[in-house]
Amino acid sequence: METAAAQIPLQSFLFVSAVIFSIGLYGVLSRRNAVQILMSVELMLNAVALNFVAFGAYTDPNFFRGLIFAVFVIIVAAAEVGLALGIILRVFRNRATANVDEVDALRW
Amino acid sequence: MTIAEIVFYLLAIAAIVSAIGTVTVPNVVHAALFLIISLLAVAGFYILLSSEFLALTQVLVYGGAVATIILFGLMLTRGGAALPVVSAGGQWPAGLLAAGVVMVGLLTAVLDSDWPRDVNQVTLVPIDQIGRVLFRDWLLPFEVASIVLLVALIGAVVISSAEEGEA
Repeated sequence: METAAAQIPLQSFLFVSAVIFSIGLYGVLSRRNAVQILMSVELMLNAVALNFVAFGAYTDPNFFRGLIFAVFVIIVAAAEVGLALGIILRVFRNRATANVDEVDALRW
Repeated sequence: MTIAEIVFYLLAIAAIVSAIGTVTVPNVVHAALFLIISLLAVAGFYILLSSEFLALTQVLVYGGAVATIILFGLMLTRGGAALPVVSAGGQWPAGLLAAGVVMVGLLTAVLDSDWPRDVNQVTLVPIDQIGRVLFRDWLLPFEVASIVLLVALIGAVVISSAEEGEA
């Protein structure tokens, strides 16, 4: 069946995915706020999921493996967000900051 | 230029611009709103790739739950101040350099490789097929994922709830 994606080459999706992944990497490396780092990680995970779906759509005739992988990426990302925000809230309560460069004590 | 291409380029511009906004604007709440736009644009890509189920999942999980949780976390960690404005750390040039190197490497790999051209095999996946595959071929990973979610939920509650006698 001819679909919309048939008119767009696979490279286009991979290109966008690589750009978003790199932007997310820059955010992880450069931001100070832990929540913003978390958002950048979400961007990277999303780029990876987009990659999975694009490869699945173009190379897997049955089309399911990429889609299932993307579903599991979304599941793990959701678990990670909940857990990471719990940790951030705990750090904020103990140290009154959510900036990762101010949380540098190994013990106190 | 076909309609699909126009939609693709619009979505690509929206996704990339809002992703840049997510990592560059100093206001964290604005960054969260940019992140939502970027995630919704990726959901549009999923529709272009004719996997509507995944697009709906993306909107529900990311646009709904994850966005709410992140805004909640921002609200709880702003410490009574005004909107949290956090400048970039001092290591942003190094981060820009590293991310640039990774991006050049990835884009070179993407553009130089021979990808399969049989794009006409992209087919619309009926949702009942997804359900059958998920519960027949991928049942064990599915159940493990549910345990992962349960453990993460309990762990988040345990970590974020204060213990007795602790500051």
